[in-house]
Amino acid sequence: MAGGTNERRMKSAPKLRTPLPDGLTKQALRDMYYAMVMTRLCDDRAFALNRQGKIPFAATCQGHEAVQVGAAYALKRGTDWLVPYYRDTAMAVAFGVTAKEQLMCLFARKGDIFSSGRQFPNHYSVPDRNIASISSIIAAHVTHAVGMALAFKMRKEPRVTLVSFGEGSTSEGEWHEALNFAGIHKVPCVFLCENNEYAISVPQQLQMAVRNVADRAAGYGIPGVLCDGTDVMATYVTVREAVERARRGEGPTLVEAKCYRAMSHTSDDNQLTYRTNDEIEALKGRDPIPKFEAWLKERGVLDDDAMASLRAKAQAEVDEATDWAEEQAPPTEDDLYTHVYAQGPLA
Amino acid sequence: MAVEVKKQTQFTMVQALRSALFEEMERDENVVCLGEDIGPRGGVFLVTEGLIDRFGKDRVIDTPLAEAGIIGAALGMALRGLKPVAEIQFIDFLYPGFDNLVSEVAKMRYRSAGQFGASMVVRSPYGGGVRGGGYHSQSPEAYYVATPGLKVVVPSNPYDAKGLLISSIRDPDPVVFMEPKKIYRAVKSELPEGPYEVPLGKAAVSRAGKHVSVITFGAMVPVAWEAADKMKADGVEVEVVDMRTLQPYDTDAIMQTVAKTGHVVVLQEAPRIGGYGGEIAAFVAEQAIEYIEGPIMRVAGHDTPFPYALEKAYMPTSDRVCRAIKKTLNF
Ligand SMILES: Cc1ncc(C[n+]2csc(CCOP(=O)(O)OP(=O)(O)O)c2C)c(N)n1
Ligand SMILES: [Mg+2]
Repeated sequence: MAGGTNERRMKSAPKLRTPLPDGLTKQALRDMYYAMVMTRLCDDRAFALNRQGKIPFAATCQGHEAVQVGAAYALKRGTDWLVPYYRDTAMAVAFGVTAKEQLMCLFARKGDIFSSGRQFPNHYSVPDRNIASISSIIAAHVTHAVGMALAFKMRKEPRVTLVSFGEGSTSEGEWHEALNFAGIHKVPCVFLCENNEYAISVPQQLQMAVRNVADRAAGYGIPGVLCDGTDVMATYVTVREAVERARRGEGPTLVEAKCYRAMSHTSDDNQLTYRTNDEIEALKGRDPIPKFEAWLKERGVLDDDAMASLRAKAQAEVDEATDWAEEQAPPTEDDLYTHVYAQGPLA
Repeated sequence: MAVEVKKQTQFTMVQALRSALFEEMERDENVVCLGEDIGPRGGVFLVTEGLIDRFGKDRVIDTPLAEAGIIGAALGMALRGLKPVAEIQFIDFLYPGFDNLVSEVAKMRYRSAGQFGASMVVRSPYGGGVRGGGYHSQSPEAYYVATPGLKVVVPSNPYDAKGLLISSIRDPDPVVFMEPKKIYRAVKSELPEGPYEVPLGKAAVSRAGKHVSVITFGAMVPVAWEAADKMKADGVEVEVVDMRTLQPYDTDAIMQTVAKTGHVVVLQEAPRIGGYGGEIAAFVAEQAIEYIEGPIMRVAGHDTPFPYALEKAYMPTSDRVCRAIKKTLNF
């Protein structure tokens, strides 16, 4: 397939006459809903804990839940790899991260499985669930995803990497180096842009002169496709096609999911200094969760009662995780020098 | 939102830096600011708040998220007579622009035998103490100090911050201007009205004493003062020397303080190994050994990446400084 943007994708999203899209069981759809709801509750909890002074920092993915969960379900759990970015809570949850694990990283406890309290929240490292380790450095991880995919190709492993990033990240040199490398070597990698139109305060038109991030794909000889990132099924279908293409050995795809950022960039930001209240209010109509609820109801996957009970279950899980994680011990000074090198400590 | 800077007399470091930028941009239309989120957001620490309202988006440029582009474009602007002041959001994010800074900016004058220069400033918050984790807390001054052609400046108080930034903007050579974010708003000081310079390359005795010299800079200066206060109980008078410019540095000031006290403790946040303190210690060992009456001590961060939860354990404290002082005095 030649490079270029496929605008059709956006419109053709979920006109699915069949009850269930390819590859998704009813149980999978329920799990997807649960992942979205649980992430939303975790997010709200994180901001509340930050405001109470109990945790230093929080970043939420509100407005991104659909693209993240849709993309994660398009992959094969246990086979494919995720190289996420710091806003990908829902993606990580959909790949098996639990509320307890999420809260442990928010509280930066010694038992935090991602980094043992060494990193900011949401900086995942979960090898047993195929989630790579990431830093806070924008776009550095995109090159790693390409290298991982190249390793799969060289070893003839039928795996795919999916790497995600914001639209602002596509301005960094390393982002371009990664896509160029991937295009030349046709590595099994899916590049997923979660375009929320802002990079902290900087709007998209100050970030790039093209209308869509997907337009950039042409420069690397790979396809670029768009989808509605507030629609979980649209994202699922679009990313799945890209994943299958990669698995067939046909090379990478750049998928751009248009979504939005409901909250400030992080708990350290106040978006009212650069965004109007009206603009923020208007976003509420795009909330991916009610949208998915309507879809599930229409197809008879979940009714109101079933959804309410899943929400209650998620709430209980997040509450229990919060209480438990708060009680856990932080790392101690003895932990400072472990893991600087394989054979340490250095001190 | 217009920010009043003129009538004010008490300034935090953030406000002092902002007033330096305002006044230099008023004075010289070639001065241009560029960086991520420096426009309507005013920078993530609000140093550039209000600048875009006063000077417009052509002189206060919200750049794409691309540090190589910021540093390289700033150099290009400088080559054609503008005076760019680039903001890197956290100094931890300067590395994508590191190549342009060390290979191009730093070497421009030397490699063109003085035909071109790079009169520009790269401002950036550095350092720990704000629970910023591994990538919003580092003190990488050693890399820049080890790059001939760059000047490296680190203020420790609002007065110096303003005067040093103005001197840096007016300097013909490139300056990496590191802002200690932990003390951005820690104190307010009285500043004179209007622009003034604090000369580059000159240290300051920020507290006089006669028994031991603590040589430090930036956010560690208040830690040195705290140690000085604690040592008073033992009858020890600590002299605190604030380097202010790390490169080129004030060798006279070091000679004077060492001649006076005969004991040296160097204090930095960065890891000990390969750090700036090692340079100062080596200079003292080479040039001032006849005055030295005890080991030259280094107090530093740990030789580990910067941790999130263990930030307190990582950062040098006044107690660690006191232990080093006692060790050199009791030699
Ligand atoms: C190299 C680098 N430069 C700057 C930053 C500071 N920073 C963190 S997030 C961010 C904006 C990212 O925007 P985008 O890629 O659109 O992702 P979003 O946060 O909108 O999801 C910036 C500038 C950073 N972390 N790393
Ligand atoms: Mg964005």
